[in-house]
Amino acid sequence: MKIVKIDKKTWAAGIEKLTASYRLFGPVKEGDFHNFKELGSGEAPDLDCLNTRLSAKAIIYPQSENMFEYSLDESREDHHILKEVDTDYSPRAVIGIRPCDAKAFELVGLNFDTSEYKDPYWIKAREATTLIGLACSSPGSNCFCTTAGCGPFHEDGLDALVVDTGDHFLAKILTEKGEQLFAAAGWKQEAKAAGKQIEALKQEAEAKIASSVNTDNLSALDTTQLYNASFWEDVSFSCINCGTCTFVCPTCWCFDIQDETHGNSGVRMRNWDSCMYPLFTLHGTGHNPRGTKLHRVRQRFMHKLKYYVDKYDAGIQCVGCGRCVRSCPVNIDIRRVCELMNSFDSEKDTCAA
Amino acid sequence: MQNPYLPYPVRIDDITIETEDKNLKTFRFVFLNPEDENKFDYQAGQFAELSVTGKGEIPIGIASSPTEKGFVMFTVNKVGLVSSHLHAMQAGDIMGIRGPLGNWYPWEQLEGKNVVIIGGGFAFTTLRSSIIYMLDPANRSRFKDIHVIYGARSPGMLLYWDELSQWEKRDDINMHITVDGTDDPNWKYNTGFVPTITEQKAPPADKDTYAIICGPPIMIKFTQPVLDKLGYSHDKIIMSLENRMKCGIGMCGRCNIGEQFVCKDGPVFTLEQLNQTPKEY
Repeated sequence: MKIVKIDKKTWAAGIEKLTASYRLFGPVKEGDFHNFKELGSGEAPDLDCLNTRLSAKAIIYPQSENMFEYSLDESREDHHILKEVDTDYSPRAVIGIRPCDAKAFELVGLNFDTSEYKDPYWIKAREATTLIGLACSSPGSNCFCTTAGCGPFHEDGLDALVVDTGDHFLAKILTEKGEQLFAAAGWKQEAKAAGKQIEALKQEAEAKIASSVNTDNLSALDTTQLYNASFWEDVSFSCINCGTCTFVCPTCWCFDIQDETHGNSGVRMRNWDSCMYPLFTLHGTGHNPRGTKLHRVRQRFMHKLKYYVDKYDAGIQCVGCGRCVRSCPVNIDIRRVCELMNSFDSEKDTCAA
Repeated sequence: MQNPYLPYPVRIDDITIETEDKNLKTFRFVFLNPEDENKFDYQAGQFAELSVTGKGEIPIGIASSPTEKGFVMFTVNKVGLVSSHLHAMQAGDIMGIRGPLGNWYPWEQLEGKNVVIIGGGFAFTTLRSSIIYMLDPANRSRFKDIHVIYGARSPGMLLYWDELSQWEKRDDINMHITVDGTDDPNWKYNTGFVPTITEQKAPPADKDTYAIICGPPIMIKFTQPVLDKLGYSHDKIIMSLENRMKCGIGMCGRCNIGEQFVCKDGPVFTLEQLNQTPKEY
């Protein structure tokens, strides 16, 4: 693994060079918040951003995405037959993604890239994307990444990790893709002895994470007992089913498929959907297996902290970015729910059947 | 990379009105590209997404049997946007089919066993597929006794009437057709709800007897205690579930019961499996 030193004075020029071979994305301030945007010429990622309001997931998994196109014009030979759309899968790079958002792509990949079925849209976009992470030297107060299988200097999912040392950047090149991007940017000054310095900064950053979750009991708990726990009433009481938690979450992947027709032609598209909405599971008969908000809130947390844990044996479906905690209008906190679940004792649970 | 969301183009070959309320129609489809029929290699119990271009997709059980060649067949209840549009379509129209999807009834496990099929209302589609499959001369000897208990509200609401009457005449399948009620003085079959008829006609439980149940929730709710009473163990009660679906391949996130997806890990589960999962169906 190679470490490269980047003089801050050559940073902007390197970014500019990359625009010749990549579509670039990075955090940009919009109003009061940062979000990921495609960078125009001369536009730089804002590396002072603690984290974006929405995660980086839309760069690989757009909120709305065309899957197929069709014509209803019966004079055409191919009328009513779906055809794949042209999508731009040219190389793209995200500069300044936080380790939590990069790790989230690894989690989401378990859903979209399986031995049985491959989701071509997600996989092609993921393959086209190089992720250049920015280590978190000053994590946020809601961040709990270190106990959620991630960390401020975590490397899973990243192609390179950039560390701001104050007067210059140090970058760990982690993959072939990272190698190629650094070559294209012209950043090549090796800093062989800098490993210790990065390690020291990493430990300093990890020590600043003040918030945590306990997840050690989750896999041993009985699913149906946990499902019937009495605390769900309390947890879901204030929820207004707005869906904000699912939209800001980097690991939420649920979607809807819709046909949208204009005149004689149209597209079959997919859109982010949310388990918070009654329509998500409503049957044609009117029956709804998750007909109350208690069902829906429980589904979200059971999915992230129990079903996912049991299904993949790869930890929880959460990277500890803290976005849902910050954005929830009624202060539902996944850390508290995780604690209720992790410490659940069916024998002491008064209302459990 | 093969796109699992891309339907095979098909032509509607024939449409049959199945029930007196005209709310159920059977659609027979022919693949536009003959080689797609081989790719659509299915087993009795699986489903597919019917794709009505411009309206969307609906998950529907496959009513034809893998032993029937040259077409695939689905019986669709008129309920929502897509199914209503489909009901207004004509033979010759072009649409799509995506699948086959999901698992199927455990045919290898059922080999050498007695099979009791219990169906109600319009949930008889994959059961028809199963019966045709088992009665095929190449397959009949693989199974022991076959019992079918099938009920609907009235005689005119029973699906596949011509085939039901044919099966009634055979001696290698025990038919127990029933209706909730009828004022037809010539009705020569049973009258009574499915659970009642099950109690009267189903063979007693033994290690070689499996029940496959498909029907509305109310029928299942009252049939299950009957099977318990008859001594059927929960690993020998096989059920097929329905949930709202979009992707059909376990990715879009809505049809799960616990960690299992009805679309990919199901729709067929044993009652023993269902006892271990949240009842979100």
